[in-house]
Amino acid sequence: MTTKYAETEPRQDAVKHVGRPVDRVDGRAKTTGEARYAAEHRYPGMAHAALVHATVARGRIEAVDTEAARAVPGVIEVLTHENAPAMKPAPKTSLMNLSSLASGTTVSYLATDEVHWNGQPVAVVVAETPETARHAASLVRVAYRELPAVVDFAAEEPNASPQKSSVLQPAGGDKGDAVAALAAAPVSVDLRFTTPPEHHNAMEPHATIAVWDGDRLTVHEGTQNIAWLRAHLAQRFGIPERAVRVLSPYVGGGFGGKGFVWAGTLLAVLAARATARPVRLALTREGVYRTVGGRTPTVQRVALGADGDGDLTALIHTSVAMTARIGGMPEGVVSSSRHLYDAATIHLRQRLVRLDLLANTAMRAPGDSVGSFALESAMDELACELGIDPIELRRRNEPERNPMDGKRFTHRMLREAYEVGAERFGWRERDPRPGSMRDGRWLVGMGVATAYHPSLTMPADVTVRLAADGAVVVRCALQEIGVGAATVQAQITADELGVPLEAVRVEIGDSELPAGPGAGGSAQTAGAAAGVLDACRKLKESALALARRAPDSPLRGRRLDDLEARDGGLYHGGRGETYAAILARAGRDHLEAGGGTGMLKFLAKTLNERRRWVKAASGAHFCEVRVDRDTGEVRVSRWLGMFDVGRVINAKTAAGQLRGGIVMGIGMALTEATQVDPRTGRIMNPSLSEYHVPVHADIPRIDVHWLDEPDPTMPLGLLGIGEVGITGVAAAVANAVRHATGKRVLDLPITLDKLL
Amino acid sequence: MKPFAYVKPADVAGAVRAVSDEPGAKFLGGGTNLVDLMREGVERPDTVVDVTGLPLDTVDQLPGGGLRIGAMVRNSSLAADERVRARYPMLSQAILAGASAQLRNMATVGGNLLQRTRCPYFYDPAAACNKREPGGGCDALGGFNRSHAVLGVSGSCIAAHPSDMCVALAALDAVIEVESVRGTRRIPMTGFHRLPGDTPEIETELAPDELVTAVELPPAPFAARSRYRKVRDRASYAFALVSVAAALEVRDGAVTAARLALGGLAAKPWRAHEAERILLGGPASEESFARAAEAELAGADVRPGNAFKVHLARATIVATLRELNTGKGTA
Repeated sequence: MTTKYAETEPRQDAVKHVGRPVDRVDGRAKTTGEARYAAEHRYPGMAHAALVHATVARGRIEAVDTEAARAVPGVIEVLTHENAPAMKPAPKTSLMNLSSLASGTTVSYLATDEVHWNGQPVAVVVAETPETARHAASLVRVAYRELPAVVDFAAEEPNASPQKSSVLQPAGGDKGDAVAALAAAPVSVDLRFTTPPEHHNAMEPHATIAVWDGDRLTVHEGTQNIAWLRAHLAQRFGIPERAVRVLSPYVGGGFGGKGFVWAGTLLAVLAARATARPVRLALTREGVYRTVGGRTPTVQRVALGADGDGDLTALIHTSVAMTARIGGMPEGVVSSSRHLYDAATIHLRQRLVRLDLLANTAMRAPGDSVGSFALESAMDELACELGIDPIELRRRNEPERNPMDGKRFTHRMLREAYEVGAERFGWRERDPRPGSMRDGRWLVGMGVATAYHPSLTMPADVTVRLAADGAVVVRCALQEIGVGAATVQAQITADELGVPLEAVRVEIGDSELPAGPGAGGSAQTAGAAAGVLDACRKLKESALALARRAPDSPLRGRRLDDLEARDGGLYHGGRGETYAAILARAGRDHLEAGGGTGMLKFLAKTLNERRRWVKAASGAHFCEVRVDRDTGEVRVSRWLGMFDVGRVINAKTAAGQLRGGIVMGIGMALTEATQVDPRTGRIMNPSLSEYHVPVHADIPRIDVHWLDEPDPTMPLGLLGIGEVGITGVAAAVANAVRHATGKRVLDLPITLDKLL
Repeated sequence: MKPFAYVKPADVAGAVRAVSDEPGAKFLGGGTNLVDLMREGVERPDTVVDVTGLPLDTVDQLPGGGLRIGAMVRNSSLAADERVRARYPMLSQAILAGASAQLRNMATVGGNLLQRTRCPYFYDPAAACNKREPGGGCDALGGFNRSHAVLGVSGSCIAAHPSDMCVALAALDAVIEVESVRGTRRIPMTGFHRLPGDTPEIETELAPDELVTAVELPPAPFAARSRYRKVRDRASYAFALVSVAAALEVRDGAVTAARLALGGLAAKPWRAHEAERILLGGPASEESFARAAEAELAGADVRPGNAFKVHLARATIVATLRELNTGKGTA
């Protein structure tokens, strides 16, 4: 039992490479600096662009004075709404055309005199050097006629309107009469939570190099969705998709911030067209804050009713979040409450306010990261009210089927995650009385919370080519945002074909390759794996078909299902032959096969599955904090995450992703908040010195483990792991703080002033 | 940033002449603050006079037991100096509590004295700030002011001084030596920085063409038992919400020497004279520490965002004195 759940031990029945802690294939290039990110490419005659940001939240530009900027030696052009070439409007969003979702905002930049948010680019300076461009941009003077703007989320909360449901995301729902059940419950909690806006802060600030060759466009950019970016640029600049090439071999972190198309990208392309020069636009950190959306703030209510034994009789979870007048993504804030607890009655509602701010966007586990903070904090508070251990309360309310609709779970092992996690963390050492555990001046607290993130796949087209010399090339336009995208598909391919890992090269990050899924929604690895499995199977079928034509082949009369792919060939017991031998005999120098499902077939399959199943990655977080009894400083001193993420493909990169999610969640819990001035809508901490992400000294050793049970409905049994790690983290911290101090903090981040 | 001329004189006379000759010139030390501010367009010098090549980079023993610290000594070197660590531990601790290792390797002692506030409205040229543009107004008064000052503030500015090192220097009665074409003069650390009043743009007693050449630490035997405690929003790389530099000497249960200075609470490193007066000669007790803290903070002028600082400062002062008194809780 214990060795089975070790982080680095693959399953006993695992094949050669899948499951092992394989080094990432691009690790050397990245650590030596050989890997070139978007901003590091150079073209002859390349010019540099810098943005001028609006300083009012809403208004009309009355005048732009570019004279001083134009007078700076080295300035090539200053583009404003008065002289910029037009771009076409953003496409209407439609589920029939998923790339229509790619618009960060609906704004056509530099097309009109309208200002929609404080920070919107209102001019672009193109110059011979980046320094010249930035200096000249600081000299552009813009006069505005201000218009009334709605920018204060907290003040606007009472004016929220109901969020619409979509096929993929129901906005609310009811099971029974939760309001009546809550009123009748012998024990209840009713809490109001708030979470602030946050930003992704990927290590690599967004950068674009745009190169026009006639009506053909090449773009270097770190993106989470090559296909969407290509389709969007084609649409906005009126050229066919095939005329756009997107190169994105390396992405320096995304977290959702590079999933959509934002102003910097469009303006680099526009500036390159206007100046007939290759243009490089590398955003400053401030530029990222002003032009790339972040996570919505939320206000949430969670009310729970229970009988004296702790069986939930009522669960109410409602939320208010934001979108902007110029776009933004409505989040499924209460989504976790559809799945986590077997409450007799459930009432879920989501509402939205529309603000004159930059559009919000996806940020790691949208909805679930913030929703789980409220739900899992409330569960902990209910456990305190009941005097029941919080793990026991969750165990009692663990559902057999999806609570809202009775659908079956494909796979659910939360009980096991808590059981094994509690043992390893030493949960039984916990004295449940608040403030009872001390270490010198530190009050010690221990908390738990559930992690939960729905699993989905997106379609991928993949080709696999096997040459006579044994070299295998897998091609798919995947995005490497740091997760080991090429590495894990190489592992899968090596196992499927029975070839050495070193023989496999995976080509990614180029729109000329077969279309991949986006790197979002924790969906890339599974989607690509399905394509790889399909292509590998077809390739082996081709190899077998060639072999079976030869009278002397030991594979004659065999079916693929009877064969094992190993040692560079196909074998039945001891008898078989290598691909090399098969190809040599047939006089062929390679075999190639394509895999994947078309979009329509994929959508039909997905919707059909959704009618029957609920599937998700999940886990249990165990957190220990120390709170200074005098100053309220909180330090996380221990962490253990026990996850149910199906089959793990690469023990090293998987652990990295889960740990990264926990680190980001600790930031969300304790330090992170984007400060939007409620008077002006302006972000006042657009830098890494004032927006506090955790530093190394804030992060203790983090133990991550997984149960390693394949999900029966997913390719290879794997569940996406990019987002589940962050869900529940903020609640686990808040619950540990509650245990240490007796104080329930309802408003993130848990800064020390809330504990004094 | 605005283009500028760069000169690097080899001696102090050349450096002070270069700045004296040119009204738009500024001295450049490690650049960890000035260059940031130039990038933001807050500082716009025509000429920067790089003084890091001047022979002011040693820490020397003074007759009588004090130390003379050259203004170009890097923060990391000063924090690591054996004499500083043994005789003035609060100073070494204060420096190490600031910034990051990379920044401390660059930052100079002279530059650290002249650090400017981290008020976000000062840093953003789109905001109103009396310090950046005298008479322009103050957006911090009704805006984000959680990190702002509560002592010695005025209606025109509530910015807090960001330095950790300066808090220890104020507690230690350091003396700043400055030089210009008019000669040399010495300014006590506690009088070096100014409160904002109606002129928050004037932050120190230093004339624009005066160069800090050295910091002198007088002998202070009781400072061998001293402590710098910094409270902030994360474990490292954040400015102080409240910091306390304290030294305490206790004989037979009574306080025979006390030094206390506060950071994060005022536009200048705040020497807590009133608290020291109450502590001196009184019992080394929790009650006495609390009374001293409360007396010092009685004049606090708070806003909704920073009202917590009064309570936090009281708790941190008492905890730091308790720790010095009992030797416990150092973790």
